[in-house]
Amino acid sequence: MADTISFLKPREAVLSRRAAIIADLTELLPPECLVHEARELVPFETDAFVSYRRLPLAVALPKTTAQVAAVMKYCHRYGIPVVPRGAGTSLSGGAIPQEDAVVLGLSKMSRILEVDYANRTATVQAGVTNLNISEAVGIDGFFYAPDPSSQLACTIGGNIGMNSGGAHCLKYGVTTNNLLGVKMVLVDGTVIELGGKHLDAAGYDLLGLVCGSEGQLGIVTEAVVRLIAKPEGARPVLFGFDTSEHAGACVADIIGSGIIPVAIEFMDKPAIEICEAFAHAGYPLDVEALLIVEVEGSEAEMDAMLKAIVEIAGRHGVKTVRESQSATEAALIWKGRKSAFGATGRIADYICMDGTVPLGKLSYVLNKTSEIIDRFGLRVANVFHAGDGNMHPLILFNANDPEDAARAEEAGNEILKLCVDAGGCLTGEHGVGIEKRDLMRHQYSEADLNQQMAVRYAFDEGWILNPSKVFPLDGRPAA
Amino acid sequence: MQTNFTLAQLADPQVAESEQILRRCVHCGFCTATCPTYVTLGNELDSPRGRIYLIKDMLENGRPADEEVVTHIDRCLSCLACVTTCPSGVDYMHLVDHARIHIENTYRRPLVDRLIRNLLAAVLPYPARFRAALGFARLGRPFAPLLKRVPVLKPLGAMLDLAPKSAAKVSDAANPGTRAPETEKRGRVAILSGCAQPVLDPGINEATLRLLARFGVEVVVPEGEGCCGALVHHMGREGQALDFARRNVDVWTREIDKGGLDAVIITASGCGTTIKDYGHMLRLDPAYADKAARISSLAKDITEYLSTLDLPRLEPKRLNVAYHSACSMQHGQKITMAPKNLLKAAGFTVRDPGEGHLCCGSAGTYNILQPEISDQLKARKVRNIEATKADVIATGNIGCITQIASGTAIPILHTVELLDWAYGGPKPEKIPAG
Repeated sequence: MADTISFLKPREAVLSRRAAIIADLTELLPPECLVHEARELVPFETDAFVSYRRLPLAVALPKTTAQVAAVMKYCHRYGIPVVPRGAGTSLSGGAIPQEDAVVLGLSKMSRILEVDYANRTATVQAGVTNLNISEAVGIDGFFYAPDPSSQLACTIGGNIGMNSGGAHCLKYGVTTNNLLGVKMVLVDGTVIELGGKHLDAAGYDLLGLVCGSEGQLGIVTEAVVRLIAKPEGARPVLFGFDTSEHAGACVADIIGSGIIPVAIEFMDKPAIEICEAFAHAGYPLDVEALLIVEVEGSEAEMDAMLKAIVEIAGRHGVKTVRESQSATEAALIWKGRKSAFGATGRIADYICMDGTVPLGKLSYVLNKTSEIIDRFGLRVANVFHAGDGNMHPLILFNANDPEDAARAEEAGNEILKLCVDAGGCLTGEHGVGIEKRDLMRHQYSEADLNQQMAVRYAFDEGWILNPSKVFPLDGRPAA
Repeated sequence: MQTNFTLAQLADPQVAESEQILRRCVHCGFCTATCPTYVTLGNELDSPRGRIYLIKDMLENGRPADEEVVTHIDRCLSCLACVTTCPSGVDYMHLVDHARIHIENTYRRPLVDRLIRNLLAAVLPYPARFRAALGFARLGRPFAPLLKRVPVLKPLGAMLDLAPKSAAKVSDAANPGTRAPETEKRGRVAILSGCAQPVLDPGINEATLRLLARFGVEVVVPEGEGCCGALVHHMGREGQALDFARRNVDVWTREIDKGGLDAVIITASGCGTTIKDYGHMLRLDPAYADKAARISSLAKDITEYLSTLDLPRLEPKRLNVAYHSACSMQHGQKITMAPKNLLKAAGFTVRDPGEGHLCCGSAGTYNILQPEISDQLKARKVRNIEATKADVIATGNIGCITQIASGTAIPILHTVELLDWAYGGPKPEKIPAG
């Protein structure tokens, strides 16, 4: 197991009371809502950042906000760390527990409570999957816009925790731009509501603060999200290039010309091969880099936008341009793209970076990334949201070779620093988690970080909520 | 995903295979979303990723199975929706097969559970015993509600509930012999008569025989063939399962030697998934590995085979058919379009129920051994099917037919029964008049 990233030392006072804590939780929750047998805790020891693993003390799977509040109140009283978990799909280790923590899983709270087309909102429980929302309203011509590639499985609660993005966020914005309200359990069990069905609420925008706070300010149990009417039509088009530089420059030119397609996704050759093997989407295999550009609207609107994009691509030496010929083909193009990370598992283990860079620096950062990867003797597949500069180099390695794993981690850190140095940031949508926690000082000054920690402190002065995440373990304000 | 096995452990070919399967998993969690038990129970332990982790932990530590692991593996339907979903190609089917064998070999189940499983394994694969048992079940039906009130006896209650109210008519469809084609011969196939299906609904293979004869296919019902072994295979009783497999491999190989076979036709997709896996199941048996692989490559679902015959297109009929794709059809064998295309070509209007990827809860003996989860899945499936407002339901697996029929008034038939009717066969009794 990788061990470069450390966790907080478990609280002895909690560990020594394990039996009593489990007995108390048994009083608070129905039997099917509590996991505490040693064997059964093992599957909760990690998320999709699987190189790091810590067994939790127990797992609570409440069915109601009242049960969440009861667990929080109890844990707060005894200083027991709590690690929230949605579907456990975090790529940054956001849901990895620790030995003295109770995992608070929202997977049993997965109902859609209300759909209100007049106000274009859906009120949902935090454990509902992202895709379930779009599926529930799709028949009436609506959808929920942010679409993380894991949208099939990831929960809206997790999306709020990480302020998740996705391919179509180029046009529609990320989670925070599509979230109108939450019901949230504070660290002491108090239940509060923020926002509502309106675009802005009186007073501080605490909702903006909560979105992206990685489960450190409270436990969101319900959310009001914005629904958007489906466009008249949508068409993904494949643009193949001879070099990554040309593809990268083309992206900057498209955006720079004022055109905002719904999505511009980038894949390099290794990524194309991986995705094609899984999805058989008809991606061109004879190019070095591929852009999936999706346009939407009426036929005339799509034609006009495509014409402009094709012209720009022509200036960057585009080699092939292929429009999807049917709805099935369009679906396959997206299936391949959205399965890219998992499909990479067919050839190797991987860690996925999430740095974001200014569009003008895409080509530069792609080149430098290759240099870093070569220097470490590793392989990389690049598949990412090019339109908003959110890069995802997948660093391939062998998890059964500790040295290889360590090299991959080190190379990843260099790549993330490169993104920051190029004027970008550590994370575009996956969150800091534990993965990027120790790089936060590369991004922020001490004053910047202290102000963020002061906010966290105001919500959770005992630092029990997801305590090992986001902020470097040293230099925290004394409790 | 990282694994921790010693070289000594990896010397066991089954462990070595499972290790390779585990290495493919990247723990992305996509599989949880389409797992029927996870969407029903909301606990990762009852999801593919949770089970993979439990199995990994058990195998790596070389531990006998224990109550916790058994509970969650038992809840797996083996529907294989996770295999369809998995982007990294984790072969969950063979991993959970291994886990079930490990459980069977290392875990002693509580008495009642053991007795019920022994009863199922001793009765269901044998048509004569099963027919007799159904007779007793009809007598016992009034006691079902009583049995279901005692937790450990729930499976017995479920068993009685599932037994058909009246005995199926006696049929000669399973009698050994060769059925000559009615027109110029264009192929020769063997058909699996199976174990439970000829007892529960002999009309399915009768329709198949009629249809194939009409289109010029000679069909052999071989002497000595029996249960495909799926039932005991899914209980982890590998010795018994392999015995069944070897017997059928011998029977069909004999037919190949006699007059050649274009296919081994299977009309229950649950059996199809297993027979297509014979090559893998018997890979370590030098005497059978090649023969079994050959049989697996010849195994075809009836709709796969019919698709090669180029059946004529027929005028549209006024009958709306909800097509329920059995898990063993869509996930186990990856047959998704063939049955629907055949129905459409035969003039039926085909409707796809929502959440088509989710299991109906039948899953072999699952509806007997896990009646509570099974009932929830049945209710969900029936809700989705009834929402299509179809006149009839078509599917390709006897287990689903029994399960869904017990939850809805819409008639449910095997796809081939509708096709036989459309291409000149008698109108199935289940089709409403009009």
